[in-house]
Amino acid sequence: MAGALAACGSSDGGQGSGDSKTVTLVSHDSWAASKDVIAAFEKQSGYKVDVLKDGDAGQAVNKAILTKDNPQGDVFFGVDNTLLSRALDNGLFQPYEPKGSDQIKAEYRVDQDKHRVTPIDTGDICVNYDKKYFADHKLEPPKSFDDLVEPRYKNLLVTENASASSPGLGFLLGTAAKYGDDGWEGYWKKLKANGVKVVDGWEQAYNEEFSGSAGGKKAKGDRPLVVSYASSPPAEVVFADPKPGTAPTGVAEGTCFRQVEYAGLLANAGNSKGGKALLDFLVSRKFQEDMPLNMFVYPVTEGVQVPPEFVKYGPQAKDPETMDPAKIAGHRDQWVKSWTSLVLK
Amino acid sequence: MAAPVAFFAVFFAYPVAAIVARGLKTDGTWHLGRITEVLAQSDVRHVLWFTTWQALVSTALTLLVALPGAYVFARFEFPGKQVLRAVVTVPFVLPTVVVGTAFLALVGRGGLLDELWGLRLDTTVWAILLAHVFFNYAVVVRTVGGLWAQLDPRQEEAARMLGASQLKAWRQVTLPALAPAVAAAALMVFLFTFTSFGVVQILGGPTFSTLEVEIYRQTSEIFDLSTAAVLTMIQFVAVGAILAVHAWTVRRRETALRLVDASVTARRPRGAGQWALLGGVLVTVAVLLVLPLAVLVQRSLDAPGFGYYRALTSEDGGVFLVPPIEAIGNSLSYAVAATLIAVLIGGLAAVALTRRDAGRFVRGFDALLMLPLGVSAVTVGFGFLISLDEPPLDLRSSWILVPLAQALVGVPFVVRTMLPVLRAVDVRLREAASVLGASPWRVWREVDLPMVRRALLIAAGFAFAVSLGEFGATVFIARPDRPTLPVAVARLLGRPGDLNYGQAMALSTILMVVCAVALLVLERLRTDRTGEF
Repeated sequence: MAGALAACGSSDGGQGSGDSKTVTLVSHDSWAASKDVIAAFEKQSGYKVDVLKDGDAGQAVNKAILTKDNPQGDVFFGVDNTLLSRALDNGLFQPYEPKGSDQIKAEYRVDQDKHRVTPIDTGDICVNYDKKYFADHKLEPPKSFDDLVEPRYKNLLVTENASASSPGLGFLLGTAAKYGDDGWEGYWKKLKANGVKVVDGWEQAYNEEFSGSAGGKKAKGDRPLVVSYASSPPAEVVFADPKPGTAPTGVAEGTCFRQVEYAGLLANAGNSKGGKALLDFLVSRKFQEDMPLNMFVYPVTEGVQVPPEFVKYGPQAKDPETMDPAKIAGHRDQWVKSWTSLVLK
Repeated sequence: MAAPVAFFAVFFAYPVAAIVARGLKTDGTWHLGRITEVLAQSDVRHVLWFTTWQALVSTALTLLVALPGAYVFARFEFPGKQVLRAVVTVPFVLPTVVVGTAFLALVGRGGLLDELWGLRLDTTVWAILLAHVFFNYAVVVRTVGGLWAQLDPRQEEAARMLGASQLKAWRQVTLPALAPAVAAAALMVFLFTFTSFGVVQILGGPTFSTLEVEIYRQTSEIFDLSTAAVLTMIQFVAVGAILAVHAWTVRRRETALRLVDASVTARRPRGAGQWALLGGVLVTVAVLLVLPLAVLVQRSLDAPGFGYYRALTSEDGGVFLVPPIEAIGNSLSYAVAATLIAVLIGGLAAVALTRRDAGRFVRGFDALLMLPLGVSAVTVGFGFLISLDEPPLDLRSSWILVPLAQALVGVPFVVRTMLPVLRAVDVRLREAASVLGASPWRVWREVDLPMVRRALLIAAGFAFAVSLGEFGATVFIARPDRPTLPVAVARLLGRPGDLNYGQAMALSTILMVVCAVALLVLERLRTDRTGEF
């Protein structure tokens, strides 16, 4: 018993402010990086990296805002374009332009006059389809938002609650970007009439309802279309044993909304020098190359190779919907409210 | 008394007050007008209404299904009874993330009901109600059954001899004796279903929302802290009222009943009617409780050669910094620490509550100790973050925070288990010992301890099992390199891919087995008077 307790306490301490040899990264549950890549950074910079995963993306941002006067770490990673303005308006970050920022593709850059945040990765929220279902039914999988309201896809789609789930919100924003402020509600009316099912979270939608995912097959999921990520098909290949020859699921490329994730130096970071070094590292080639197979996202810097699984099974959408974070900030609450009464009631 | 009061003040009252104040106070001014504003919203009133009626119906349904079970477990002797009693308690301590998934296999598409009658209940209110029965079955069986087993059957037999019909004898003799226990169980089930979170979120879909779910959404997703604060206060008041009524029925229960050793009241069923009753209860337990759990096991074995279990030992998945299997060690060590804290704090509180000179105020504390069961984990979690962030209490990054949060949930169980036993210790024994010159410590060691040792072990076991399954608060504060079993399961379910899903099922099965073993050990330790659980 004493041994177990001692084991518990052994990694205690050395975290947060005050200790200039440790730099603490606060992130969400999806954070992942290869051990050797982190070790290389630690060796080269002399800092030890501590990671604090703080719930899902929304929760992590909210917690960071609540604790901003006395933050839990030095760098926050994982605020996306849908939540960016909440973080910036609340003064979560202090300015810093990491070395190597000039390598970041222009399309992902925001906040260029102040450099409070730096884009780190990007990914697309897209409708995924179950290849087997569409082959069995001799049906073409849908390609676009317009297709989803066609009668031949009636009762096939499951999505997430836009007020509680980030892919759910992304999908709503995608339709708002596509059909505009005046058109998106009409589109959702049609989608509702066409039998879209809404569940609370991604786990339920993907693991329970979607017939193409590993979990969904075991749970006898019966919806062959689900709102997920463009990187979900490669994940179905990578996390399978034995690995299948091809991904069991595909992506409807005309239904994508682009998410960009940012990192920044926390306003009251105890170790801002270490935080800056860590930010430099996040945009470095080594980290950007390591990212895809760990977090299933795409790099944002020029000239970084993505793994073959990504090219083969989860190509980046050519023309995804996008939206300015400022516009999202201005409309998000109202859109989610209207969406809730339109679709859920 | 001072220690439990200080513990609750620092680790419960202060954090909760801090986060509520944060919601209602900006720039130094209170916005109490928010309270009426929030109450005036039709959405909020709808949530309140749904929360209340689903809890009422869930409670009624649970009593209906579980009371026959309580009778059977109390009065009948049959092979495998101890194991079965441990099994029916497992759902109570399993994290809802896991059970929600398994439960869908029963009432969802392709589930048993679907295959038999083409009936699907997913995302209907029926799925929520049935899942509540599933989770709370054990509360009724243990609370009511525990007392029932000790009621002297000869009293009812005497009434029959005097000419009362079977029904009349039961109604006039047994029912009055049982009523307070039934009321106490019903109130506990009502409390648990009133504050239901995971079940409603997973099985109800986005159209159903309880207060607890709404507090979570407002805090964690929408970040409307003032609405969350008002909702927290509403829930606080409601839970306080439930607990006050509960405390009152519990006190009434402690009236003198002629109790006998449970082992002499149970016997083999006789006659077709009793066999049918036993059969009916066993079938209910098999379908409603064992089947969903079996689904988890089956899914975890779906890869050849225990593939998912073997995958748990490698860190290739990338979801964690450590192999998922290490979550078992984390869970166990956290639970041990949480149990020590809960037994210490709960034990001290129970001793203080049974002191003869305990005044009204102290007795009221009894109900207060139960409050953590009814306050949302997200409120406590966010409260910890903003209130325990400065020396000497900068605990945000310390491992001790997890066991502390888990102990908050464990203490009520310890108190509830210890109280009846401590109250049963004859005061005169203590007085005699003191008169003979024993120090207070020695009185405790020589008089109380031998009598409460088993109750203490049972309390510890329950606190241990509850800590193992605790998810809501742990997920907020568990360090990434030390996920507990429920946290690891939730993270694995959050990623696509066969291996992740399979490992989640395998870890759930392991958690289930660890809980079942802990509970089985408890069964071995059951005493004549085991309190409420």
